Amino acid sequence: MDIEVLEGVFDANEIIAKENRALLDERNAFMMNLMASPGAGKTSFIMKTLEGIASFSSPLRGEDQGGGDTSAKGIKAAVIEGDIAGKVDSERIAAMGIQAIQINTGGSCHLEAKQVNTALKHMDLEGIELIIVENVGNLVCPAEFKLGEDLKVMILSVAEGDDKPLKYPLMFSESHVLIVNKVDLIPHTDFNMERLEETVRKMNPSVELFKVSCRTGEGLDGWTTWLEGRVRNGRQS
Amino acid sequence: MHEMSVTESMIEVVLRHAEKNHATKVTRINIVLGELSTVVPESVQFYFDIIGKDTIAEGAELNFRRTKLIAKCNGCGDEFEVVEYDFTCPACSGTKTEIISGREFQVESIEIA
Repeated sequence: MDIEVLEGVFDANEIIAKENRALLDERNAFMMNLMASPGAGKTSFIMKTLEGIASFSSPLRGEDQGGGDTSAKGIKAAVIEGDIAGKVDSERIAAMGIQAIQINTGGSCHLEAKQVNTALKHMDLEGIELIIVENVGNLVCPAEFKLGEDLKVMILSVAEGDDKPLKYPLMFSESHVLIVNKVDLIPHTDFNMERLEETVRKMNPSVELFKVSCRTGEGLDGWTTWLEGRVRNGRQS
Repeated sequence: MHEMSVTESMIEVVLRHAEKNHATKVTRINIVLGELSTVVPESVQFYFDIIGKDTIAEGAELNFRRTKLIAKCNGCGDEFEVVEYDFTCPACSGTKTEIISGREFQVESIEIA
């Protein structure tokens, strides 16, 4: 006997993603899902983004940790760190005076909505305007799993090469924002920015593209100003 | 790479529908997989052989049907097949398009005894 099913395998995840969405809407908090390969600079990028956009609770944060006080934008932010193992990343963020919670996926290559749901329930969301989720380093699987985010941001670092979009089409076509990081390395490589832009715009015509270097600081102001606008003025559905 | 967890989810969907229909055995699982999906059929089969063991779906034949990547232009309404991930509308060169199919990983139907 033939039984019609017509049920998506990701449906169960998407139901929980919607719960996350509702929980965030209640708090008026904006959530960004950050995805990239291992070593593309996710954690450095988060730290630079926080420096440019966040308010810091810890008075201990001194110049040896990157310097500066609460940024002019003063957005109250928190970070959810997803890694297969360890808590190195969440400790780095917490040292900045930012609430950080670590999820260890125990071997799994991506975050799922349920893990983010658990993290959200363990966090102090009072007054939080921006939650940055650092997904597991991987250009494949994280693209399939909705977390309930407002914004999907991916990083491609120059050393990975400009040929990546056609190799990881789902990631490049799903992301709302593409950050090209480590642009200070371009003179030392065959990376062709025009070719990258041309390919990505065909795959994802509405993508926002920012070219940055977390090492030199290039391009980060443009990014944090744009993000501030998104956090304060509206959401992408 | 994430096929183990998605295969678990797939088996959960299959068993739920099989039990609802009082099946004693699932003989075939018809799966729709979009062109843009990152799921690899061979890996699903590999994990299915392990995870499906000792369930009523053990030994069921997995049948994958690939769907093409189809987009719709929000400008002129044209529906077109996306070739080489170029989402530009071939009719009006519009760039505001949405995916109609090609992302799915769906259990379409099951055959039970």
